[in-house]
Amino acid sequence: MARKMECIAMLLAGGQGSRLGILTKNIAKPAVPYGGKYRIIDFPLSNCVNSGISTVGVLTQYQPLELNDYIGNGQPWDLDRANGGVHILSPYQQIKGSEWYKGTANAIYQNINFIDRYNPEYVAILSGDHIYKMDYSKMLDYHKEKGAACTIAMLEVPWEEAPRFGLMLVDDDNRITEFEEKPKNPRSNKASMGVYIFTWSKLREYLIADEADPNSSNDFGKNVIPAMHAAGERMYAYLFDGYWKDVGTIDSLWEANLDLLNPKVDLDLSDPTWKIYSKTPTAPPHYVAPGATVQNSMIGEGSQVYGTLDFSILFSNVTVEAGAVVRDSIVMPGTVIKSGAVVQYAIVAENAVIEAGATVGERPEAMNDLADWGVAVVGSGVCVHAGARVAPKAMADEDVKGA
Amino acid sequence: MTGNNILGIIYSNKYDECLSEITAPRTMGSVPFGGRYRLIDFVLSNMVNSGIEKVGVITKSNYQSLMDHLGTGKPWDLSRKTEGMFILPPFSYGGTGDYTGRLEMLRGIAGFISRSTEDYILFSDCNNVMNLDVDALMDFHTETAADISIVCKTGKKPALANTMVFDLDGASRITRIAIDPEASGEVTYSLNVVLMKRSLLQRLLNEAISMRHESFERDLLQGNAAKLRIFGYKLDGFARTIDSLVSYFNVSMALLDPKNCGELFNPDRPVYTKVRDDMPAIYGLGSSAKNSLVANGCIIDGEVENSVLFRGVRVEKGAVVKNSILMQGSFVASGSTLNYVITDKSVAITPNKTLSGAENYPIFVGKEIVI
Repeated sequence: MARKMECIAMLLAGGQGSRLGILTKNIAKPAVPYGGKYRIIDFPLSNCVNSGISTVGVLTQYQPLELNDYIGNGQPWDLDRANGGVHILSPYQQIKGSEWYKGTANAIYQNINFIDRYNPEYVAILSGDHIYKMDYSKMLDYHKEKGAACTIAMLEVPWEEAPRFGLMLVDDDNRITEFEEKPKNPRSNKASMGVYIFTWSKLREYLIADEADPNSSNDFGKNVIPAMHAAGERMYAYLFDGYWKDVGTIDSLWEANLDLLNPKVDLDLSDPTWKIYSKTPTAPPHYVAPGATVQNSMIGEGSQVYGTLDFSILFSNVTVEAGAVVRDSIVMPGTVIKSGAVVQYAIVAENAVIEAGATVGERPEAMNDLADWGVAVVGSGVCVHAGARVAPKAMADEDVKGA
Repeated sequence: MTGNNILGIIYSNKYDECLSEITAPRTMGSVPFGGRYRLIDFVLSNMVNSGIEKVGVITKSNYQSLMDHLGTGKPWDLSRKTEGMFILPPFSYGGTGDYTGRLEMLRGIAGFISRSTEDYILFSDCNNVMNLDVDALMDFHTETAADISIVCKTGKKPALANTMVFDLDGASRITRIAIDPEASGEVTYSLNVVLMKRSLLQRLLNEAISMRHESFERDLLQGNAAKLRIFGYKLDGFARTIDSLVSYFNVSMALLDPKNCGELFNPDRPVYTKVRDDMPAIYGLGSSAKNSLVANGCIIDGEVENSVLFRGVRVEKGAVVKNSILMQGSFVASGSTLNYVITDKSVAITPNKTLSGAENYPIFVGKEIVI
């Protein structure tokens, strides 16, 4: 038996993120690069370690290779521990056969033994899909203070966006009175962030009951939480006010990246008291050449900029040759943008090559019909040949031949 | 013994006095260099990239920052159950244990050397910036059947005490060793990276002790030049010696040439360092950056040209930084202008100050000074 832990975290990282299209063809959504050097999963992992949670189970299922490799032994997040630390939990074979994780609740159910080893009082259930900085220890204090069985982090969203979220109605004490799942006419703007803290003895009980129910889809939001609510358990909402973004779509991923260049956005990645850790590439500082123009951009280590960069994010080891233009775009590690190429309103994935004179994406102002406009995406390892064009909104996951 | 059968030994304090401004609070090995490195990173990376798995770091004084930087050796994969990195502080029976020369340092670690099992031993200082292929050096050593191989370079002799200048024959054998000769033109001088069998070193050390010898260069090498097969392994790629504040400045600025930078940061033999976990650098609207190396965590709203900016440097809007090296966490406020300036860590230049050195005399601002 491992040493007892007050609170451990279970991080749901099995999602495909199908709306990210070719960006998640070979990697799970939590492994998607973000912010010039990070991957999405760095945020919940860093939050855990910064909140004093040093035991984290990462539940993987979809394309886990890259994610497993990235997390490794957890050293970049200080989660390489003799006691606890980070553990990758993939579906496994049991005597009664093997089962994929059927739903979020089933994923935790299948790992009850893992949680029991640490005999925790509380379990935080987190999602690997969101960009935010949050102190889970404050939420845990709140959970204890309220004597809750379940505490759900909530965020007040603009009313017009509320119909996209799972919403909560609360009383004066913030005890949850009702749930609404993506309602047409919302009665609340308090949205669930997908961050839960449960009293483990309670959750354990409900997970076993949920598994025994053949009609359940074994999902937290659809089944377990409504069941707890129906049984009259004490369920509280914990108000979070800070930056939080679900990067579930190409547009939101693009926006969330460029939010980092907006001084008004409340997401400081440079705060020494709340660092976001990541596996750092081994590369020298980036180089900005004499003829380069760099405006309002973020540049990762090992990159070399000889051309023009405007309102863009370059990850590590990206080359922008002289005469190349990158605007309003995100360029992931190892990509080369050759002389005369123009990349605008685009996400270019890792190790792609945009050859001389190729164009990727378009400015919305240059469109005849805005309905055809959107962020262009070039997949990992793709070569856009000289003179070729990747249209706005298009996703190139194979080499694009020149004109 | 695991790895490639070579024991690495690094002198972290050698030539501290040449860079007295920067080394006042630290060792030569922990001198910040190249935007995110310490000089010892290059030496350690060269060693581990060739498969060396045991490295002893000899320290003498002011090695707190070095220990903080090295930690357990994890960034270089030298945090191991067997072998790995060993910090070797001064050691002496009686006396102060304060080393003066190489020979004395080696005597202080005689136990460490004799307990090691590697057949070969490789010595290095920290004041040479290069990406050395140790495998190629080992091949050279084997092919020439050398007793001792010394890495050397042709160029202007550095202004370091006990610099060895070599005469090489056609087969690269060192036929004559001169120590600190008068030399105006180009000479072939030692980069003080020395490879030999561990057993040979032990024999030479015992001899030197019994003869009451004092100098590694004079007694151990020069004195044996005729008896032993000593060979010079000449480098022609990027290899620069730091022997003064001006040369520190020049060697740093040499990295602004992408050719040099590409040679030093050869992706096949990467340079590892301690990770600081800061965000990528951010350039603001209206900023301007030309011909500069900029590390993570920098926020540039002003103007930067021909400069090396370490991690976490802030240049405010309206500030101008030219031909300068700003170490970690330096801050330049609006309206200030720096030209040919080196700032140590966490220096703050408050608004509307002008500091200007010259190409052959950069101004140095010490650690945590506020101007």
